[in-house]
Amino acid sequence: MEIGLNHYLVLSTILFAIGLVGVMKRKNLLLLFFATEILLNSVNIAFAAISHYYGDLTGQMFAFFVIAIAASEVAVGLGLLIVWHKRHGTIDLDTMTSMKG
Amino acid sequence: MFEAVAFYLFAFLTIAMFFITVTTSQALYALTALAAGMIFISAFFFILGADFLGAVQIIVYTGAVMALYAFGMMFFDTTREVKEKQGNKYIIVGLSTLAAILVVVIFAAPMLSENIVALYPAIDGVGNTQMVGLVLFTKYLIPFEVAAVMLLVAMVAGIVLAGKKMDLSLTLMSPEEIKKKEKENKKVLS
Repeated sequence: MEIGLNHYLVLSTILFAIGLVGVMKRKNLLLLFFATEILLNSVNIAFAAISHYYGDLTGQMFAFFVIAIAASEVAVGLGLLIVWHKRHGTIDLDTMTSMKG
Repeated sequence: MFEAVAFYLFAFLTIAMFFITVTTSQALYALTALAAGMIFISAFFFILGADFLGAVQIIVYTGAVMALYAFGMMFFDTTREVKEKQGNKYIIVGLSTLAAILVVVIFAAPMLSENIVALYPAIDGVGNTQMVGLVLFTKYLIPFEVAAVMLLVAMVAGIVLAGKKMDLSLTLMSPEEIKKKEKENKKVLS
């Protein structure tokens, strides 16, 4: 019953799949942001596990920078979302088709 | 034994929480489940001996990011049920699983192709936090500074985007007042 690197990679795969299902399924932009957080966290688990099983700290460093990027992404994204909501009263993806591409 | 029990318990809890986040139609449930999942993920970091990363996960994600989301949800109408795309469920799940496996293969390929040598191996008798500080402020000093500048940019962007017209409150103004403001300049709402 030894927990190896593969266990963590499988867990990371499952969480990444859940996050991707969320990204494809959601219409509400706020819930889309939640799904991207799940994606980033699942990759962080993989980084930490690889870092532990190879005795190397590079993976943990990368996870730190991923966390920093996630924090700034949330700040900017939520600001844009608030501006959009003030102007249009909705944050559904379907309403953002102003470019008619 | 203890490690295995902890791993399976937290794996089950994390998957359950994130599944709720993705499938629920209530935005508030999604937020709460996501916050719980973030804390459970920090448990994996503690099991893996990455103590500092676990603490940062709790502080940044459940402290800062979740508070920011909760703050943002006050602006949006979250009591309404969330509409969802009507797509083929099997295609969505199949494509997601395929993409996830691809990501893991990308991670695992360099490890399978033999001899990985640790670039910054852990030193015996040095704690994780001390080791992280040692590596972060020697080998990764430039990325650290760049990340700091990026966070500053994000802060400025957040203030500029969300902080506009914060002195006006539509809920505290009377309807006549709002009408008057709208006549003066049309952009009360942004």
